[in-house]
Amino acid sequence: MAQASRRPAALEPWQDANARPFLRIQNITKTFGNTYAVDDVSCDVYQGEFFSLLGGSGCGKSTLLRILAGLETPNSGRILIDGVDVTNMPPYERPVNMMFQSYALFPHMTVEQNIAFGLKQDRMPKAQVAERVDAMLELVKMRELRARRPDQLSGGQRQRVALARSLAKQPKLLLLDEPLGALDKKLREHTQFELMTIQERVGTTFITVTHDQEEAMTMSTRVAVMDAGRIVQVNTPANLYEFPANRFVAEFIGSVNIIEGRVIEQLDGEVRIQADGFENSFVMDHLDPLPLGTSVAVAIRPEKLSVHDERPVERPNWVQGKVVDIAYLGDVSIYHLLTPLGRTVRVQITHEQRYERPHYRWEDEVFVSWDSEDGVLLLG
Amino acid sequence: MQPFSWAQLWFDVFRRMFAWLGSWRREIHHQRGRAIVVGLPLFWLGLFFLAPLLILLKISFAEASYEQPPFTSLLSWGEDQIFSLRFNLANYATLIADCSDPATSLYCYAYVNSLKTAAISTLLALLVGYPIAYGIARSSPKWRLPLLLLVVLPFWTSSLLRTYAWIGILKGNGLLNNTLMALGLIQEPLEILHTDIAVYIGIVYAYLPFMVLPLVANLVKLDPLLLEAAADLGCRPIAAFFRVTLPLSMPGVIAGSMLVFIPAVGEFVIPELLGGPDSLMIGRVLWSEFFTNTDWPLASAIAVALLMLIVVPTLIFEYVQSRNSPEVRR
Repeated sequence: MAQASRRPAALEPWQDANARPFLRIQNITKTFGNTYAVDDVSCDVYQGEFFSLLGGSGCGKSTLLRILAGLETPNSGRILIDGVDVTNMPPYERPVNMMFQSYALFPHMTVEQNIAFGLKQDRMPKAQVAERVDAMLELVKMRELRARRPDQLSGGQRQRVALARSLAKQPKLLLLDEPLGALDKKLREHTQFELMTIQERVGTTFITVTHDQEEAMTMSTRVAVMDAGRIVQVNTPANLYEFPANRFVAEFIGSVNIIEGRVIEQLDGEVRIQADGFENSFVMDHLDPLPLGTSVAVAIRPEKLSVHDERPVERPNWVQGKVVDIAYLGDVSIYHLLTPLGRTVRVQITHEQRYERPHYRWEDEVFVSWDSEDGVLLLG
Repeated sequence: MQPFSWAQLWFDVFRRMFAWLGSWRREIHHQRGRAIVVGLPLFWLGLFFLAPLLILLKISFAEASYEQPPFTSLLSWGEDQIFSLRFNLANYATLIADCSDPATSLYCYAYVNSLKTAAISTLLALLVGYPIAYGIARSSPKWRLPLLLLVVLPFWTSSLLRTYAWIGILKGNGLLNNTLMALGLIQEPLEILHTDIAVYIGIVYAYLPFMVLPLVANLVKLDPLLLEAAADLGCRPIAAFFRVTLPLSMPGVIAGSMLVFIPAVGEFVIPELLGGPDSLMIGRVLWSEFFTNTDWPLASAIAVALLMLIVVPTLIFEYVQSRNSPEVRR
């Protein structure tokens, strides 16, 4: 899991109360028939951000992107770009360009003509068009293939042409619909970093739609997690991972152990929780006092758990279990433990040394433990 | 390197020839099914297209005669023991001589008039047919088939009957004039019947499906995302049409235009029934040479020349098609 925090805190405009948002999405709702594709979504994006809309299929992320491009009209709500209300502006007048998921390159035009398409439409002088096209070809490293047609290009090359075409008009806002979706895994990882580099160089605000949480985490300054037409949480990749707002986000981003239970004791800055299906109780950090009996869920990432042969008496929280599944992934191993009362706990162990003894085997009885600050307490 | 020898050379040549023949035989043997599939239509075309065409070509080099059949044989076995093969080029010479004097020319005028009429009709059919095809292609798949059926529906009536129906509509006291006069839009009946306009109407009406069908087949393949991409890059709908839709539908435009143009050049019934004395088209000239003058050789020469006139644009079309299709280029 890449959790790149790419910018220093000073460059996080969303922290600054005086910063003016570049794009304002205000109470956007879009229905298709009786279904709410986008349901009262509001969100601010700042100049120069690489902002991701992340969610499963049908969560409304693509519809929201198409609304930003002007290809769909919202039922209600407003879109402001750089202070201008563009809600009812047709796509051909918006200072916005889009890179389509299937690239939508014009098959009857060469790479060059595709990139020049929008510039010619704006009646830019010929010499200037040629100059800009050259710069774009340079940016995406496609100089040699400028005379090719799209059907003579590989998937990765088409992706570059699509990016160059959408950047050629120097839009204020670039929308990318699953920009890496059609590439294979190796190329996708490579292109992720390239896309970040290009974005930093041109300085354009990028909004990308993706269903791939790893992709969103790697590239974005901030990620908006969407579910059923709503934005569930907006935050930096690191904060989304470590401080998920609710169970959906915790489960959608990375893998997580969810332990449900009730508050049985109020301590100083901590609460004691009796978990369903576990013999012992757990202590978790929580600043605000919670009434006794409140039902909560404890979310702990598999890599936050440590494994012991003996019961770890000095640790506040522990669980006993039997190893039932082992997955060796090279850098880490994933163990599935079965507790005496039939719960499954997922543990991740990093292989730090080459000559390590095999950690644990099937059927081994082990203990896992964590501190009260290692997990997140989720309400409701 | 071996010294050169003629024997070696001939040996090599024969060996390669037989090797090639052998591989060809094996090919035939292995692909018998394929040979049948390709052979049947070839046989059909040979029997009913190529053979008549060769007969036509033969007659065009003969001389007219009053015997039965009304042309001379190319081969003759004379009394003086001379086997002779006579090619009479007079028919083609007549055509060329006719064309060299535009003022009095009959055949050339008919040719040019045919091409002009066919070209204008094709253009009109394109202008009428493109919006229809676009509408059908953009309609929901549920509606597409019924709409296409409506386009083809008139074909289920005799074309002769439909052409006669146009006489009823276009004539001086016909449906069109009566309606326009009843509405007070015109005071005197319009003279449409027996003019070029009537011929254009007739041809466009008769051949419209040939224009619409290939265009629909092409336009349904157009990815609507491309139009969204064009809009995103700053194109108003009109600009997107001319920069994306139209260029991408060119194969359909060319196919439809050829399907209308080629039969329209040789059209006989429509100019005969709807046209006036000026609307002399090559089909009518052919008809009168065959049946009124009974000059089969000259008529055949005209037909061969007409064929050439049509084959050349078809070959150009084929060339453009093969250049545009990506399968060939790869």
